[in-house]
Amino acid sequence: MRLIRNFALPLVIASCFSSVAQAQEAGLDQKINELFATVTGPFVSLIFAPIPGTSFPWIVMWLVIAASVFTLYFGFVQFRAFRHSIELVKGDFSDPNDAGEVSHFQALTTALSGTVGLGNIAGVAVAVGIGGPGATFWMILAGLLGMASKFTECTLGVKYRNEYKDGTVSGGPMYYMSKGFKERGIPGGKFLAVLFAIFCILGALGGGNMFQANQAHAQIAGIVGEFPGWITGIVFAGVVFAVIVGGIKSIANVTEKVVPFMGVMYVLAGVAILAVNFDQIGWAFGQIFSGAFTGLGVAGGVVGALIQGFKRAAFSNEAGVGSAAIAHAAVRTKEPITEGFVSLLEPFIDTVVICTMTALVITISGQLMIDPASGNYILNDGGSIQTVTGASGVALTSAAFESAFSWFPYVLAVAVILFAFSTMISWSYYGLKAWTYLFGEGKKAELAFKIMFCLFIIVGAAANLGPVIDFSDAAIFAMAVVNITALYVLMPIVKAELTSYMERLGKGEIKRFKGAEKITEPAN
Amino acid sequence: MSARIVVGMDGSGSGDRVTDFAKGLAKLIGDCELILVYVIEWSPYTFQTPEENEVRHKRREEEIQTALERVLNPAVDELKEAGFSARGVVRHGKVAQLLDLIAVEENAHQIVVARSSEGGIAKTIFGSATANLVMNASVPVTVIK
Repeated sequence: MRLIRNFALPLVIASCFSSVAQAQEAGLDQKINELFATVTGPFVSLIFAPIPGTSFPWIVMWLVIAASVFTLYFGFVQFRAFRHSIELVKGDFSDPNDAGEVSHFQALTTALSGTVGLGNIAGVAVAVGIGGPGATFWMILAGLLGMASKFTECTLGVKYRNEYKDGTVSGGPMYYMSKGFKERGIPGGKFLAVLFAIFCILGALGGGNMFQANQAHAQIAGIVGEFPGWITGIVFAGVVFAVIVGGIKSIANVTEKVVPFMGVMYVLAGVAILAVNFDQIGWAFGQIFSGAFTGLGVAGGVVGALIQGFKRAAFSNEAGVGSAAIAHAAVRTKEPITEGFVSLLEPFIDTVVICTMTALVITISGQLMIDPASGNYILNDGGSIQTVTGASGVALTSAAFESAFSWFPYVLAVAVILFAFSTMISWSYYGLKAWTYLFGEGKKAELAFKIMFCLFIIVGAAANLGPVIDFSDAAIFAMAVVNITALYVLMPIVKAELTSYMERLGKGEIKRFKGAEKITEPAN
Repeated sequence: MSARIVVGMDGSGSGDRVTDFAKGLAKLIGDCELILVYVIEWSPYTFQTPEENEVRHKRREEEIQTALERVLNPAVDELKEAGFSARGVVRHGKVAQLLDLIAVEENAHQIVVARSSEGGIAKTIFGSATANLVMNASVPVTVIK
């Protein structure tokens, strides 16, 4: 009931206002959009500037190289330690005397709730809509490589976090940059930390906020009809404000219980569609592989597919961005590297499993129009692939799922709203940590950030998808520029931790607790 | 070697009934140590917000301190004053599972718990938890009404 009150009521109010307000206020949306695009344009252009002589954005290359370097440097840790990571999440190595602390499972799911969401639903649709099914191949590859980036940053996040006298903790790239660099005797750590904190705030306002609000509005408008985005924005801002400023835990509690349920439901619906269309999975993978290496007529060809795949994967799983290091820092563990192991599962779940499933459903649904003569995809005026309904972003995913289940858009609408909401709550925390790193932990400083965060929700809901998605990408990738620079400097520390831990694990010095209770026989 | 009895405490009035019964048993046995256990219901598989994770350690310490101050320490002191050998243990986890685990770890001869009709934590702990304990315990269990 609370859920209905929180979300359905605003929807009804919004739809009532829509017809009256539309004529008067469509102009306001346009003004917000134009102003937003003008202000953010130079920043976006800098981040996505192509490597001279090519059309390849340097930032994508930056992420690919970093993930590859970490993969090689740590000896394919994402594959070597995959099984051990699952054992850690299951609690096989958790000391029963530490029960009551944040578990590995809780740290993993908290971090996942910040990443699994619109990136998996709307982001994949954007990637496939522009880059074709071939983008999926590069997305999977980026997901697999990104596991090593996530491993590196989360290990450092725990190792260099701040533990305060009252028992609370604060961690993340800001802390490993300043403390880790100092420990290694390398200057510039503090500068990078400040730079990262600035970009983290922008990322929180962009991908963690405006993109979410924008796509949530698109989803609601798709069901109740077009109405000004600022109305959705105000409703969302009000609910988020109630949680992060008003401290109304009940809303967050409902969300944190319902979001995993919606996530599982989304995956099950996808699996059901794939099962029904079992005979087409081979064809879909064929499209993915051939698209990855031929482009199948998409704008930019193979490179276009690759860029889209890597961009959307990075946006979805945030590997190398540094946000997960903030979420994982809360775990109290004697071995920081165990959080690294656990975190490497995130890109796998987020990108390799969920994003791939979304891409397969979109491909199999036949929403992407193919020219029967050439076998290539038909492009529209904007350079994207022509879809049957003309939809893009989350609407494309919705249309794809609707082709199998007519009722699915309603479920997806609720899922999108909840995903958007949970991602906003997570990113409000990441942004706040960066904000307090810069301005101190005072109540006034925190309140200022939270109010600003809520105002940006309104801007995000009112602006068009194009400028919002560009700014969101740019802000998130700007975080990755600073974070990965620090990871290169600090990766020998992680290597030493990894070597030591694996040696001790091999010798049996890392104690396995599961089943320990059965060792001692009762005295009778 | 002295006998040991694990006594499940839930912070309600039923704690007196359980300790009274355990005292009776200890008197009959003679050389017997009473281990008073308070379990704070907790699961490692719940979903938490980042803010909750941040303060989790602090909350845990507070929960343990509260359980000691309000439930275990007064009960242990009272037992000691009455001449019994007693100590208290606080753990986080599943009630039935932990009471049995502690009984096994401590080589206890028996577990004594209450079947409480009270609400809140007591209901959570000694509702189905009692049934689970009786069904799966490695040592004999006495349930006090």
